[in-house]
Formats: sequence, C-alpha cells, structure tokens
Amino acid sequence: MSRGDKKSQSSIRKEDVRTLIKNIGKRVYKDLDSQIFPTLTLHTRSVKNLVYDPNLRQYVLGASTVTRSSQNIKQIRPFTQLIWLAYFTDKLVSEGKTSTLRDVFYSAQAFDVEFSDQSESDDIITDLEVILSRAREDFNVYPEERSAIFGDLDIEYTVKGYEGRGLNLTSHPDGFLIGPSLSTAEFIDTSAEIIIAVEKGGLFTRFVEEKVHERFKAIIIDTAGQPPRSTRYMLKRLSQELKLPVYVMTDGDIYGEHIAMVIISGSANAAHLRDLAVPTGKWIGVWGSDIIKYKLPSIPLSDIDIKRVHELKRDPRYSGGIWAKELEVFLKIKKKSELEAFAKYGLTTIVDKYLPEKLEEAKSY
Amino acid sequence: MPDSKTSFSEISPSEFFYRNRDLAGFSNPARALYSAVRELVENSLDACEAYSIHPDIYVRITAPEGSPNRTDSNHYLLKVLDNGPGVDAKHISRAFGRVFFGSKYELKQARGMFGLGGTMAILYGQITTNKPVVIRSSTDGKTLEVIHMMIDIQTNSPIILRRESLPANGSTGTSVEVTLEGDYPRASIKIQEYFKQTALVNPYANITVVDPQGKLSFYEKATEQLPTPPRETLPHPHGTDVEALRRIIKQSKDPNMLKFLCKNFHRVGDKIARKFLDFAKIDPTMSPDQLSNEDIVTLTDALHNFEEFLQPDGSCLSPLGEEIMKTGIMKELDPEFVVVSVRPPAAYSGFPFIVEVGLVYGSKQLGPGLQLLRFANRIPLLYDEGNDVSWKVMNEEIDWKRYRIPQDAPLAIITHVCSTKIPYKTVGKEYLADRIEVEREIKNAIRDVLRKVYSYLSHKGSLEMVKRKTNIYSHFLPLIAKFSQDLSGAEALPRYKKLLESRGMKDSETNTPETNTPEKEQSEPDTKPLEDEEQKEEKKILRFSKEGQLTLEEFADE
Repeated sequence: MSRGDKKSQSSIRKEDVRTLIKNIGKRVYKDLDSQIFPTLTLHTRSVKNLVYDPNLRQYVLGASTVTRSSQNIKQIRPFTQLIWLAYFTDKLVSEGKTSTLRDVFYSAQAFDVEFSDQSESDDIITDLEVILSRAREDFNVYPEERSAIFGDLDIEYTVKGYEGRGLNLTSHPDGFLIGPSLSTAEFIDTSAEIIIAVEKGGLFTRFVEEKVHERFKAIIIDTAGQPPRSTRYMLKRLSQELKLPVYVMTDGDIYGEHIAMVIISGSANAAHLRDLAVPTGKWIGVWGSDIIKYKLPSIPLSDIDIKRVHELKRDPRYSGGIWAKELEVFLKIKKKSELEAFAKYGLTTIVDKYLPEKLEEAKSY
Repeated sequence: MPDSKTSFSEISPSEFFYRNRDLAGFSNPARALYSAVRELVENSLDACEAYSIHPDIYVRITAPEGSPNRTDSNHYLLKVLDNGPGVDAKHISRAFGRVFFGSKYELKQARGMFGLGGTMAILYGQITTNKPVVIRSSTDGKTLEVIHMMIDIQTNSPIILRRESLPANGSTGTSVEVTLEGDYPRASIKIQEYFKQTALVNPYANITVVDPQGKLSFYEKATEQLPTPPRETLPHPHGTDVEALRRIIKQSKDPNMLKFLCKNFHRVGDKIARKFLDFAKIDPTMSPDQLSNEDIVTLTDALHNFEEFLQPDGSCLSPLGEEIMKTGIMKELDPEFVVVSVRPPAAYSGFPFIVEVGLVYGSKQLGPGLQLLRFANRIPLLYDEGNDVSWKVMNEEIDWKRYRIPQDAPLAIITHVCSTKIPYKTVGKEYLADRIEVEREIKNAIRDVLRKVYSYLSHKGSLEMVKRKTNIYSHFLPLIAKFSQDLSGAEALPRYKKLLESRGMKDSETNTPETNTPEKEQSEPDTKPLEDEEQKEEKKILRFSKEGQLTLEEFADE
C-alpha cells in the first residue's frame, strides 16, 4: 500500500462524512420547500436499546428509533441545534479546522442558536454522531482532555499545513499528545510488537524512564484515566493497522477494571459508534487477586465502591471470564490498590517483575 | 331589720351604652374616631338611599389646634355633611339625642339597625370633650335648622343649648359636627381603608374626605344607577319571638286567627295559614285577643317548628347586583379580571339574606397573595377578619388546590351579605357569625367565582402558550431554513414561510393534529440516554394537567 493511497483514504473518509452531513441538509431543505415540517430519525440512545453484537464484540444500539420533528414545539429547538451543528461541522471539515466540545458550545451563539450549557451541546453532538454513525472526531470535534503516546512509531501528518511531515514518537521523552493531528496521522513504520495502555501519567513516565518501549518492544499509551475517544480510536487503529496486541494496565480497583472494559468492549455512551473498541485487547492488571498475590498495600472498599461493584455485576459485559472473576475477588477481599503501590517494593519492581509476569500470564487467556 | 343598702335604680339606654361603650366600637381614641366617622357616614348614606338620592357626602376631620401641651390636644372636630332629605325640625333633637330613636325599626335592609350608632358618636364626643354637638338640617332647601345640643345621659333625652333657623342655600341635607377625643395618626390607616372600601361598595356615591393635614380625597361616583331600594316587609314566622308576637297581637285588629296570620306575616296565605293552624291545633275562628301568655309561647314555638312556611323572598333586600358591584370594584381596584356571583335570596331563622361575592385578579391596588374584603349591608367590615364567617369559609371550606390557583396569585375575594338582620356577633358590627345558611351561600358563591377565574386563567394561559409557540416557530424555522440551504447548496431559501403561517393559524384555533406530517408523540426523544426515569416523570405531569380539566368538568354542576 503506497503512501499516496493512504492519504487519499483519509481524505475520502472526510469527504464521506461531508456527504452524509450535506444529505441531512438536503433532506431538510426539500421538506421545507414542500411545506412539510422536516423530521430526523435516529436510534434511541437509552440503556434499554443497548445490544451486544457478538460479531463486532462490542455494544451497539438496537432497533428502537426516535423521530425528531420540527413540528413538535418541544423538539424544534434541539432540531434547530442539530441542523446548525451539521452546518457548522460541514464548515469545519471543508476548511480543515477542528473545534473542541467547548468551542461548539460557544460557536452556536454567533448563529442565534443557544445551548443552555455545554452538556446540551455535547448531547446534540452525540445525536449527530448517531445520525451519521460517525465519531465526532470524524467531523473534527474533539474533547479537551488528551492522553499521550510514546514508542518507536514513525508517523506522517495528514492535517492541513503538515501534510507529508514525519515524526518518530520516541523523539520527545514526555510523549506526544494524542490530538486531532496524531489521530489522523498515517502510521509509516514501527519496530514495536505490543501496545501497553496504562491508566496513569506517573506510570507512563516510569515506563519511558525504564525503557519499557525497548525492553518489551512496546508502544506506551497514557490513557489519563478513562481514555478519551481519540485515544480509543488511536488504540483501535494501532491494533488493527499494525496488527499489534493491546494490553491494558490499570489501578487495582473496579474503576480500573472498567477502564479496561471500555477500551476493550466500548462504552455504553458510544454504542452508536464503531472503531472505538479493541476486542482483542487484554487487561493484565492490577487484578484483585494480584493485591493478594503481590501483597500490595491496599485500602478498604468504600460503600460507594461496593455499590458500584453490584452495578457492574448486573452489566452483561461482566457476565463471564476474567471480568466476572475479578469483580468477585474485589467484593470478597473488599480491598483496592493503586499502581503506585508497587513502589513499596522499589520503584522499578512494577517494570522488572510485575509487567513481564503479567504479559506472560496474558498468553494463557 | 336594718334597711337594705342595696338600691335599685333604672338606667337609661344612654347610660347603658355610656358604661358599655367598648361594645359599640368606642374602646380607645383611635378606634372611637374611626367608629364615629363610620356611624355618621352610614347614617348619611342610609338617609340618601331611602329617598333614592345619589349620595354626596362630605367628611372633614379637623386636627386639634394649638400646642400639644394643651389638654384638649387630642380633641378632633368631625363634620359629616350629606345631601339627604334632611331631618324634620321637630325630630332633630330626639333623632340625634336619644339612643334607640330612629327611623330604622322596620323590616327592611339598612346599614344601621337601631339608630344607635350616630347617637353613640355624639355621646362619646360629649363624655370625652364635654362639648355640644351641632346639627344643621334642611328638608326643603329654604330654611336651615341649626341646633346645638347635648345629651342627658341619665334620662336619655336631648338638652338643647341653642336653636336657630337660618335661610338655606337651596339644597336639602344634614350635617353633624361633633368634637371628640381621637387619635388620628393611629386611626388614619383604617379610616382611609374604610373610605376606599365604602366607595367600592357604594359606587353611585360621591364621597369627599378632608383629613387633619388638609389633604382632600375625592371618591367620585362611577355610575348613575342606584340599587333597587328595599321594600318594607312583614316579619317571617320563623323569625318571630314571643315579644314580637305579643306586640303584633296588640297592634292588630283582626277578628280571627286565620286573618291574623295572613295579614301580619311574610308570605303567609290562606292555604298555608289553615295548614299551620291545623298543625298548631288552633281554631281558625278564634280571636287573637283570646290568646293567653302561655298560648303565645306555644304559638311562637309552633311558628318556628312549622316547616311549610314559604322562605322569605328578597323584596325587602337591596343587593348591589352584578353590574353595580363590578363598577365599584373596577373603580377602586382597577383589576385585570373581575367576576361577581349573586346568589338567590335565602334565609336563616326567618331573616332573608342575599350573598354577593366578587373576585378580583391582578389589581395593582392590592398586594400579592389572597385577600378578603368583607361587606355587610354595604358597610365595609375592617376588624376581626379572623372571626368572620367568610374567613372561615375561605380557610376551611374551600379546596384551593382544585382551582389550581398559585399561592401568591394576586387574588381578592369580596363578600357582601345583605339582610334585614345581619348576623353580627357583636354590637360593634365587625364580623358575621357562622350561621350555617349564610356559610353555605358564601361557600357556593366563592366556588362560583373561583370556577370563573380558573377558566379565565386557563384561557389566558393557553393564549400565552399560543403566542409563545408562534414565537418559537418564527424564531427557529428561519434558522433551519438558512442552515439547510447552506448545506444543500441551494441558491434560495426553501419556501418555509407558508409553513410558519399555517402553524400560527392552527394553534390559535384548536389543537387538532396536522395530517400532512405524522407526529410521533409517543416517541419522545431521549437526549439523555440514562435519564429515562426523569422523562417518565415529565409525562406524568403532563397527564396530570389533562386530568385537571376533567376535574373541572366534575364540579361544574355542583
């Protein structure tokens, strides 16, 4: 596959989004011109409409739909907001500009379209994702928070003004922000054999210092807690395009477990989207059983933690395998531990001992 | 046997009220000044109305002169002048100088009942300032009788100090000037309120008030229409007591009981009289003079217990009527919405009464929240609201939730009870006893006006809704048109304007669903996926308000 092809593929993807967006406008225009109140139909984004797709190995939206009508007094405002967003993102994509979620909230005001708060505009953005079946990053809207990547990977930018410029992702020891430019960059070459996603910036820095990228031939990603979509999209691309296995390392608690779950199986909030899950990924720890096995310093689970465990137990994604098993362990030992807890046995123990053991163990499940 | 030191002496009515002036509303200087104003003004209004004259009342309260150190520094001069028929020269001194002398011992609706109040004011003035009262009156417009007099409290008779006849200025009327101890600063709020409410309930009267600071308030009449004057009526059997019955027997010259009953009682005819006599086991041919004292008591009981007497009619009453009451309310309160409900005549213990209730919504004259204005025989009742029957009905009998009126709605209820005998609880005439018949009429009238304000407010609400809806569409549709034009790359805006017009039209008429585009009401959008519960809650509220209208239907025919 030549470079030229890859670039055009990226721009084809953008053109594709623009066509979809414009189609919305065309339909609405046609209705209005025929004296009909335009409507838009989209899949219902309620928990009840979540269905697990075994082929995709992720949650998807079910068949239930809602119709937004501009005729309905309660719906005409969100309807207008949605059409405005289509108009706005069409401009973004065609001009090769990006916008943050917050930018979208403020930009609306220039067009007499008000959002009462950012959560309202975020909702409308999700609506547009559902209608287009495309992630917001596809129409150049990004969240504020960014996570980082480090490792031996040559990339080439596709963003405006940087087209064709290349970079190796080991050239800066703090790592590189996974933003719009990196998310859309082409992957040129790598010597890495695995991807390791870690929950915390501190551990990410330790891994860089301890040369995990060389010792384990790994690309390291800091998810900075629950990973933003651009990071999940990046993980998906790395896994798919470079055909590398993804390992996820989190704190030893249910929240860590859920971060791993979202990376691997997708989130409920993004069930309308594909390309955000890494079904082949593996959670290597810290497990509840590791707290016992490695005699990690721990703190007791709070009432809220225990409540959350019971919630997760009802979630079908946790119905089997390592997920169900470790959930039970947390509930049994009523303890949790952080990645930093390994520091009790020396700062490098986690890299020297824990990581290799867990990577080895991962081969068996 | 030693002489008994206990002496028995008769006291006159004047003496009695002198000793018990608290009962009549003269308990302290502030209250006394207010009561004096009220009694004299009400006498004037009654006098005018009895002769179908549009009342034109002038009231002046003059502040004490000189330094506050003088002993009479709280002696006020109160003058009330009317354009009534005047009082005949030979009656003046007794009319104003004797308790229980008056023109009001008839069974018809009047403000005062015993001719007591005006004399009380004069009596109070005399005992607090020892100054004579000055009465001027002209019955023909040619001569003016001027009398300076005091009251001999022990003998209940007037003492005329000076009397003269002067040429009059062409108009009839009476003026009373009394000097009395008062406290205007403390009484002023009630007095102002009294005049405002009096003007409300007497919108056909001109009232001019000059206060001690020389400030003039003029309440101009708003209508030429006078309420139909009440006709004098015979006593109703149910309202007759032993003493009254004895007097009627004494006065009557009827040959037999049948004629006696038919001629002396309200709404008693031959047929009913015969039935009653049968019920009371009295021979119809018997002469009334033959009744013994015991017979009179038995007869009184029978009169009370016989169920088939017709209820008293309203001819002896003079309600304001819907039109005059509305005029008065509009004039003094200038509300956004007013409704009046006039009940048919009813009776308690043989006394006929009519309840009229007005409701005012959104008056700048009144503050927020629910208010009650009470009137009886066109007199404002300003004291002891909490003891009044209307207050009781409003607070205990009315289910406010039913009418969906917000707590702080600018609402005022105006109750007017007119009767030949208002069931006052005290001589002070400030609040009505909770007679069950009166209570029921007030309750029904209040419910009636509340139903009307409910439908007014719902209609107003739906009009505002239509307006808001139209605004919403005319704001958003052009935006949708603009963005879709840009997205589709079309050269002109889509022709959406007709859609906008149709929207406005349809909404203002009815809420019939349009047929051109199916509207999926049942599938509300869930913008927030995890908040299904909240949305259910929202739907519940909507359904609830629909039920509210059903509830309205339910009580529409009570």
